[in-house]
Amino acid sequence: MTAYVIRRLLWLPIVLFAVSFLSFVIMRFGPGDPVTVAAGQYRDPEVLARIRAEKGLDDSLPVQYWRWVSAAARGDFGESILQRTFTVSELIFPKMWISAQLGIVALAIVFAVGIPLGLIAARLNGTWADPFIVSSLLFLQAIPVLVLIPPLLWLFALQFRILPVGGWGGLLDVYWVGGVIAIPIPDPHLYLPLLAYTIGGFAGVARLVRVTALEVTREDYIRTARAKGLPEATVLFRHILPNSLLPIVTSVGLALASVIEGAFFVETLLGIPGIGSFLFEAARSRDYDTIMASTVIIATVFVIANLLVELTYGFIDPRVRVQASR
Amino acid sequence: MATASIERSAERDVHAGRGQWRELWTRLRRKRLALISLAIIAVIYGAGLSAPLVAPYAYTEQNLDRALEGPTRDHWLGTDRLGRDMLSRAMYSARTTLIVTAAVLLTGSILIGNGLGMLAGYRGGWIDNAIMRVGEVVSSLPGIPMLILINAGLAPRAIEAARWLENHTPLSGLVASGFPSYLIVFAGLSLFSWIGTARLIRALVFQLRERDFIMAAEGLGAPGGRVVVRHILPNVAFLIVLQISSGLGAIAGSEIVLTWFGVGVQPPVPSFGAMLFDGSGARTFQSHPHVLLVPGVIVTLLLYAFVLLGDAINDAFAHR
Repeated sequence: MTAYVIRRLLWLPIVLFAVSFLSFVIMRFGPGDPVTVAAGQYRDPEVLARIRAEKGLDDSLPVQYWRWVSAAARGDFGESILQRTFTVSELIFPKMWISAQLGIVALAIVFAVGIPLGLIAARLNGTWADPFIVSSLLFLQAIPVLVLIPPLLWLFALQFRILPVGGWGGLLDVYWVGGVIAIPIPDPHLYLPLLAYTIGGFAGVARLVRVTALEVTREDYIRTARAKGLPEATVLFRHILPNSLLPIVTSVGLALASVIEGAFFVETLLGIPGIGSFLFEAARSRDYDTIMASTVIIATVFVIANLLVELTYGFIDPRVRVQASR
Repeated sequence: MATASIERSAERDVHAGRGQWRELWTRLRRKRLALISLAIIAVIYGAGLSAPLVAPYAYTEQNLDRALEGPTRDHWLGTDRLGRDMLSRAMYSARTTLIVTAAVLLTGSILIGNGLGMLAGYRGGWIDNAIMRVGEVVSSLPGIPMLILINAGLAPRAIEAARWLENHTPLSGLVASGFPSYLIVFAGLSLFSWIGTARLIRALVFQLRERDFIMAAEGLGAPGGRVVVRHILPNVAFLIVLQISSGLGAIAGSEIVLTWFGVGVQPPVPSFGAMLFDGSGARTFQSHPHVLLVPGVIVTLLLYAFVLLGDAINDAFAHR
């Protein structure tokens, strides 16, 4: 197990190198450079050339890349071009935190809804409801967030006026009853983004749980459990459920990927000041250091999370370790 | 998850003969949903294919006096904010979807994915190691941010290159046709779409390599290329079909998403992504819902059809 963990951990720097190097080269390969972007309308070639020399943009690509890596390793991701007085780190980390809060709550909902839904769907296998449930789940997975959000916004924010049009107000609002009892209530800004984040995710998890639960139900030990007269609840919760949950661990990685990708559209459409909408703006205005930092940080989170998922899986199921070592 | 079940059915299907296509079709024909999905895909792709012939207006034709009109007799699906005919825009957007999905599928999945997968599986050793490691790095990258980066960074270069080609060769109209942005979108998507196919094919080829008929062919002195083309390829062909059905929807969706972000297919070439973006404000939806609903309904139908079809094909293979 230790060898397996070490081997997987060694993988991390390689992937991070690939991400940062690729991003760096692609950014520099595009037209212009940070100085021309920062200069905007002001274009005195001599001044630009001097700034370029000062910033070391005339050096060769590997040298520049190395300078970026060594600065990034110290936590210095450079300065934002768009918001000049801020360093990239000052801008990014608060936004990361907002996205992370949303993402974690979304993941929790995906599994809290998806697992029971999948088990119910598996129970109904063979009835008239079965094809209906499966195709509804597929539909929820297929409908793009881009199509879904505007009508929802119109309905809840403009017609019924019960939800805000967008923005961010933290996770919980605390209401004081009589100045003594505090009641935490989810902030109204949360409902639409969470709905948009989770709708495809829980459908996917439910489909996966349904399929695995059906497979497990056909196993001999389930027949044995039923044959020896165990109550149906025991069969379901002690035998079917634990064995169906194993593949779910891998789907955490998939769900996480869909939440990270969803962040771009949901945050942009709903005006949530997270890392997704931030990178969207940065990419449009070619804010070099910001784009580099956001991409690399998102990739790091993505890779580490996937690594954790893989390690968990290897921990639960020894067969995975054996396969990986071959 | 789908990968696991595909792989499982793949193991079983190694034994299947040439009749597998007919059997697949027979099974598929019995599923009404699969047929409806096929019909939806055929209609949307057919509209894209015939857009230049059938579309009532050119996709750039503006009529600002009649901007943002709902469906009328002249404009069956209404007009957008520049008074362009939505039906024509949608048909040309379908053509964009058609071009991008076909190109990515052919290169990314079928050529690169299958080629590398078969190479890795058949040769094994360090070639296999190198291909699979590179694939592992690629699949560890977060797709959408990297694609945004690639498209934002490289699209201007591609347009420059196309201009140069226009100026120095008899070719013309390259930039106007949207060719450079198609190229970048499809190169970026191919970069990320080959690895899934390669993994599946490699696993299957590994099993095939041990089987008697392959060993017999090798023993009789058939060169590697012939073994791969004549003996291995027919046996992995059904997997390629599975990949097509599961991959097309994802590829179509990615192009729409990238264009929505403004880094995919560039205007004035129409794409569902650009059309969705135009209609994506809640206020716009309140006053002119058709601007979102026209592309939204088509895209949802198309993606849903792909998912349903993929599910049906998967079932048809699994239940033999």
